[in-house]
Amino acid sequence: MSKIANETAVSAENTAVYVPTDEDFEFLENRDIAIDRNFAAQGYWKGVFTRFFRKKRSVIGLVIVLIIIAFAVVAPIASPYENTQIIKGEYEGKRKVAKSLPPRIAGVGEVHDDAFEEYTFLFGTDSVGRDLFTRTAHGARVSLLIALITIIIDMIIGMSYGLISGYFGGITDATMQRIVEIVYSIPRLVIVSVLAVFMPKGIWLVIVALLLTEWIGMSKIARAEMLQMKDQESILASRTLGAGSRWIIFKDVLPNTIGPIITQIMFSVPTAIFTEAFLSFVGVGIIVPQCSVGSLIEDGFNNITTLPYQIIPPILILALLMLGFNFIGDGLREALSPSIEDM
Amino acid sequence: MGKYILKRVVLAVVTIFIITLLLFIFVRIMPGNPFPSERMNAAQIAAKRAEMGLDDPMFVQFFNYLKNLFVNRSFGNGTSLYNGAPISTVLPTCIMNSFRIGGIAILFGTAIGMLLGICAALNKGKFLDVFCTVVSIIGVCVPSYVFMIYLQYFFSYRVSIFPFYFDPSKFLWSSIMPSLSLSLFTIATISRFTRNEMVEVMDSDYILLAEAKGLYGRALILKHILRNALIPVVTVLAPLVVDLLTGALVVEKIYGINGIGKLMVDAIAGEGIDYNYVLALGIIYSALYVGVMLIVDIVYGFLDPRIRVASSKEG
Repeated sequence: MSKIANETAVSAENTAVYVPTDEDFEFLENRDIAIDRNFAAQGYWKGVFTRFFRKKRSVIGLVIVLIIIAFAVVAPIASPYENTQIIKGEYEGKRKVAKSLPPRIAGVGEVHDDAFEEYTFLFGTDSVGRDLFTRTAHGARVSLLIALITIIIDMIIGMSYGLISGYFGGITDATMQRIVEIVYSIPRLVIVSVLAVFMPKGIWLVIVALLLTEWIGMSKIARAEMLQMKDQESILASRTLGAGSRWIIFKDVLPNTIGPIITQIMFSVPTAIFTEAFLSFVGVGIIVPQCSVGSLIEDGFNNITTLPYQIIPPILILALLMLGFNFIGDGLREALSPSIEDM
Repeated sequence: MGKYILKRVVLAVVTIFIITLLLFIFVRIMPGNPFPSERMNAAQIAAKRAEMGLDDPMFVQFFNYLKNLFVNRSFGNGTSLYNGAPISTVLPTCIMNSFRIGGIAILFGTAIGMLLGICAALNKGKFLDVFCTVVSIIGVCVPSYVFMIYLQYFFSYRVSIFPFYFDPSKFLWSSIMPSLSLSLFTIATISRFTRNEMVEVMDSDYILLAEAKGLYGRALILKHILRNALIPVVTVLAPLVVDLLTGALVVEKIYGINGIGKLMVDAIAGEGIDYNYVLALGIIYSALYVGVMLIVDIVYGFLDPRIRVASSKEG
């Protein structure tokens, strides 16, 4: 302790006081000095847009979905076969059906069946002789149709139901929530089975079943948002200025809750697509010769030991669609309600 | 708390009653008749209808149905309208099969899912975390039946380790594959959810306080982090449990399990609609659903005092 004190005392005696001169200072060439820059105020939607596209994952999701949409639209037009057409050919005077042919491009690779040397089957044919490429595209169409319908159901029924239930509260809310509870407690398969009593089995059965149940998740979100919003001063101000219920619900609250609502829509789309595929796979969805991704997977499953290539395209379409919509949903959730870290 | 439970129970019973009523009405006002018309002539059908009381007013029919249900413990006249298979012997077997497969899947899925989620949260940003994210993305995006199909294809057909179909006599061995494939979605959901909850709790102030007090390692993780993180996981688990117990339809189809899902599909997708079965299964499904939700609500009330407060304010 005392030794250190001695040393400092000695060094202070030996060194003269240094006076800095001008040469000690120089101007920096590239001065890294923070200068305030002004940014133009960015609109909300523009911010959402940039944040969405900044994320690699959401862009991948969007690209996947766009590719599948393009496939579903273009492939049936470009394909020479019809979706339900059983392809027949002629070889040495004998008529043959293109049953269970593996994938092949005309003129390339080994010939499996001489009668169909000139034919191109990108995904092969199924066990009845229909072109799987065309059918897969049609299946994708069905899935996308389901996606579109879900969005509409969510937007119209779910949103209005939740907002109205949340806004009026009291006995209206209690009644509406009991209804939700009851509908929610009936399993979807039971709903489908009861519906099957009334209407022919097929795609419309699935759509009506979705119509009856798919809005519930959305209505819960919308109600929660409304409960949060309705006590705010802006709503009180609006009411003081004479706004009616309809105005407050749809003009004041709705635009402010659009973020969670869009996110919810994006997440309910894959669920709906999966439900359709699932119902078709089980055999209560679409009926032959029409096809959807689910029924194609079922066909493929039945022939998986002998014709394993059949099941791959519909499975890919289904998995990619689910992946794409999930990624978009994730991206939108982060883009619409940015946390501090993302800013 | 007692009042809260009572209120929930009464509501659940009312819900089940309304569902039963709705199902009953829907099934009875259907057009056409429930009998195979190609095997019976008009007079026979009319006689059968009268015998079963289908010509009575709806209200009387419903009352009789309920009376039958509670007094005789049988659904309708207790048999299939198509082949006369008695519900009382068919149903318990099917329920048993479904529950066993579903039960194993739940146990397996929850255990693996939570373990994965906890490991991911503790190793945030490292390899295990990425692995967990990948697993949950795959689990959510790849439909479970695709997984089942390929599991069966590779492990039964290509390499015959496991039996192709479920066999109740060799229960454990043959239920490995169905349960495993069923649990994939559970693993994905639970692990993702556990991870997010854990990360959120680990960032909170009270964990900082616990650390400042000098807690670390197992005591901190088990007593403080996990306990708080697992409360919300219960809510996600509940619908999954019901789905696994009842909605294991696809797995039943793929592995040839004689379960309730298969029974339901057979009742709908067959020649006509077997409405004794549809009604019976519908009631069981709904009762299960409402029942599990009720249990979850009550358990949740015990776990999280905030909910109790909110509900007692509300009621």
